[in-house]
Amino acid sequence: MAGITLLAIVLLSRMYYLQIIEHERHITQSDKNRVHLEAIPPTRGLIFDRNGQLLADNQPSYSVRIIKERAEDLDAILAQLGQLILISEDDLKRFKKKIKQRRRPYEPVPLRFHLSEEEIARIAVNNHTLPGVEISADLKRYYPKKDMLAHSVGYVGRINESELKKLDATKYSATHYIGKLGVEKYYESVLHGDVGYQEVETNAHGRIMRVLNQQDPVPGKNLHLYLDAKIQGVAAELLKGRRGAIVAIDPNTGGILTFISTPAYDPNLFVTGISYKNYSDLRDSLDQPLFNRALRGQYPPGSTIKPYVGLAGLEHDVINWQYSIKDPGWYQLENDERLYRDWKRRGHGRVDLSTAIIQSCDTYFYELSFNLGIDRLHDFMQQFGFGKRTHIDLSGEPKGLMPSSEWKKRTRGMPWFPGETLNAGIGQGFMLSTPLQLATATAVLANKGKTITPKLAKTKFANDLEDRESNQIIIKNPENWDTMIQAMVNVMHSIKGTARSSGIGAKYKIAGKTGTAQVLGIKQNERYDAEKIAERHRDHALYVGFAPVDKPQIAIAVIVENGGGGGSTAAPIARKIFDAYLLNDESNPIDQNNKIQDKKIPPLADLFENRKNIVSSRHGDS
Amino acid sequence: METLEKTMSQSDFIRQLPFDGAPPSRRIPIFTAIHIDVPLAIGIFLLCLLGLFVVYSAGNSNMALVFRQATFMGIGGLVMIIIAQFSPRTMERWSPWMFLMGILMLIAVLVMGSGAKGAQRWLDLPGLPRFQPSEIMKLAVPMMVAWFLSKKILPPSTRPTLTALLIVVFPVLLIAKQPDLGTSILIGASGLFIIFLAGMSYRLILFFATCGLLAAPALWYSMHEYQRQRVMTFLSPESDPLGSGWNIIQSKTAIGSGGFFGKGWLDGTQSHLDFLPESSTDFIIAVYAEEFGFVGIIVLLSLYLFIVGRGLYISSQAQDSFSRLVAGSITLTFFIYVFVNMGMVSGILPVVGVPLPLISIGGTSIVTLLTGFGILMSIHTHRKWLSQ
Repeated sequence: MAGITLLAIVLLSRMYYLQIIEHERHITQSDKNRVHLEAIPPTRGLIFDRNGQLLADNQPSYSVRIIKERAEDLDAILAQLGQLILISEDDLKRFKKKIKQRRRPYEPVPLRFHLSEEEIARIAVNNHTLPGVEISADLKRYYPKKDMLAHSVGYVGRINESELKKLDATKYSATHYIGKLGVEKYYESVLHGDVGYQEVETNAHGRIMRVLNQQDPVPGKNLHLYLDAKIQGVAAELLKGRRGAIVAIDPNTGGILTFISTPAYDPNLFVTGISYKNYSDLRDSLDQPLFNRALRGQYPPGSTIKPYVGLAGLEHDVINWQYSIKDPGWYQLENDERLYRDWKRRGHGRVDLSTAIIQSCDTYFYELSFNLGIDRLHDFMQQFGFGKRTHIDLSGEPKGLMPSSEWKKRTRGMPWFPGETLNAGIGQGFMLSTPLQLATATAVLANKGKTITPKLAKTKFANDLEDRESNQIIIKNPENWDTMIQAMVNVMHSIKGTARSSGIGAKYKIAGKTGTAQVLGIKQNERYDAEKIAERHRDHALYVGFAPVDKPQIAIAVIVENGGGGGSTAAPIARKIFDAYLLNDESNPIDQNNKIQDKKIPPLADLFENRKNIVSSRHGDS
Repeated sequence: METLEKTMSQSDFIRQLPFDGAPPSRRIPIFTAIHIDVPLAIGIFLLCLLGLFVVYSAGNSNMALVFRQATFMGIGGLVMIIIAQFSPRTMERWSPWMFLMGILMLIAVLVMGSGAKGAQRWLDLPGLPRFQPSEIMKLAVPMMVAWFLSKKILPPSTRPTLTALLIVVFPVLLIAKQPDLGTSILIGASGLFIIFLAGMSYRLILFFATCGLLAAPALWYSMHEYQRQRVMTFLSPESDPLGSGWNIIQSKTAIGSGGFFGKGWLDGTQSHLDFLPESSTDFIIAVYAEEFGFVGIIVLLSLYLFIVGRGLYISSQAQDSFSRLVAGSITLTFFIYVFVNMGMVSGILPVVGVPLPLISIGGTSIVTLLTGFGILMSIHTHRKWLSQ
């Protein structure tokens, strides 16, 4: 009897301990058990061109996911699914890797993305025989312009492990995609938005029973670009089948109107993970479609820099507009056997600065730069951005190279040779610049020295990356701007201009400069047929220019790799883009048909109608 | 006046016979006549009723489960009443035969039994429903020990005590071999209670307790892997919260979150959201504690203690050693069921498969328990009237 009393007291005190003394702890644990915070991903901001055309869209996408804990026999289910829908080796490999990783119990692991409607139906019909298999709706980035904007807008892709370490884990708790390249990457913080939360009651199997509380996500901000999709399309078409780049800038704003690098690729391939084969095809292609030539391609700028070299000579009184030389077709330094040849074998005869620009006389600039010296040239050129980053709103921009004697000593440990100055004076030798740098410098020239920072995004954000200040390049005699521009107009519109064929019939005045850059050679380990070798040995064709001259609206740089002469290949491309931009813009400023008002973002919540119903039914209950 | 006289005169006709010594108690109360002990029956009935409510909630409002459970309770009640009709003396005569049969069946189970999860507990005999012979032993062992000891001088000397211990240990080992640790412990306990009730000397108890402690390591090595796992889990459930510790952590959470008044009937989140495993069988007390709180626990424990108290009273009123020992053992074993089950679910005992008496679902357990109560009723209602 005493024993029974004792044991009963033990039981009662145990229950008292659990239910009264430790009650707080257990009720918290019990709530923690059943109540979970579920992150709701924000809708990514859309990207539009300057006329409101959609460049990056969010589209619903369906994927099939498996909850391992509920799938009784995983292999059998995978086999059965494999008969219903197409599951590639890659899918399977990724899935098996993922399912082995550490994860929350009852967390679904995606098996295949982008199910077609038919595939969704097939899985739905067989749902009862597929425990643990579910179809989930997701918003997927879609780039309607496909490869046209691969190198500017870029793309988003699945967050990888190294990104995961750097990201704000809370902010990205429901997000699967992150900007990987281009505008998508640069403006990630703006486009992403803020994560929302749902307090849900789940059972032990992780199934959501009802929604207790909800904080909606804040969608990412829409981004409008300066880019003109129509001009971009024209430019892409013009470069089609060639390797090259086109960058066009509005000199007034620095806004990028066109940003093309060809060949390109379809960024949609990357969104949910590109297959290995597709990727290696792109990566190993001789034409390097993944390479952003407009941003990162460093080319000898050739004769396109002559206007700046001329201005430098004027600035340092090495020459004046009246000064002229007699060009025999070559230039020779004292105590140097070597002949520095002009592109025109017999020479241009007597040339002054204007003529040297119009006809692109090399000899004139050999002498000019020799007298100027590399360091004075370097300092002057840097003001236009040569050898410096433009600070465009894209990451991965190289500096290019504007050599100086100090640079050579520092990097090569060698003194500067005068011959190298001659090469630099015609944009060859060490000198390298990107198409973006060339277009920027051209815009600065069009602005008569007012510098700009090239920018893709038109939308301004309060706390964002404040605009770099624009400053004015001071030259002793500001008239030199006009005279130099006039010389460049004559490149297009005078009888002897190197791009005169591209100036014919223009309804506006163009200022331009052609360039032809020698290809240094091809890499030793590349091997391809003779015809191709010959093609790849050809010179790069370059052109820079702006229009209309009186009130510049577009400054452009065109590079066609192995395109031959700048005047014959690059200038006509630029002319067509000028026409497309200026004439279209003047005749009907806004193409109403093309203008789409800001597309409403499909609210993500619509995809989760079930949950909404749960919410509302619960409100009905209370 | 006239009316008053009339009333008075009416009363005059009612003959009030003076008490003349004739025994009125010869008129045996109706329930005693059909061998039912009313207080015990009321306690059992209330407990079963409460059990059905808990089962309804634990089974997620599955009415079919409740009907099934009620059916078993009905069958068990019927068996209880039938058993109560036999006199303790008859049962005493059966005891050795029942025990022998039970032992044979236990051996048969080990040889040709069937079962699940690596344990052989069931016996399929042609013409009989599938059953667990160990259930029979829950009653056969204490009865056998009582039969044996009641023939000796009480308190027993050392030799009969050792023999009695052998009678207990043999079937216990057979059942432990199935393996069914929970049942073997309970049967062992029920047998030991008899020896204890018979007046075993404290020196022997001390001796065996010491032996038991010393044998613990040997026992550890003879245990099945899953049994060791259970002991480890008991010692530190947090070491593997998603694996074997899950049950006990979740049941403690369920009990603790119930608080004083509980979350309300059908409102327990731990059980209804499937966090609580075995919520309608061995862990049903967690469902009850979560929904009815500490108040509910007091009510339930009071009911159990009432039944136990009645059982001990019956034992004390028994007229022969056999009846007294059997009644005491059945009652104490019943309480041990309650203690072990509530103890393991609340985390003060290791998890052994012991259902909560008359609450947990499961037909065999209910029928066996009610049979035991039938024996109690038989003992109490077959007393010779002279001695009252």
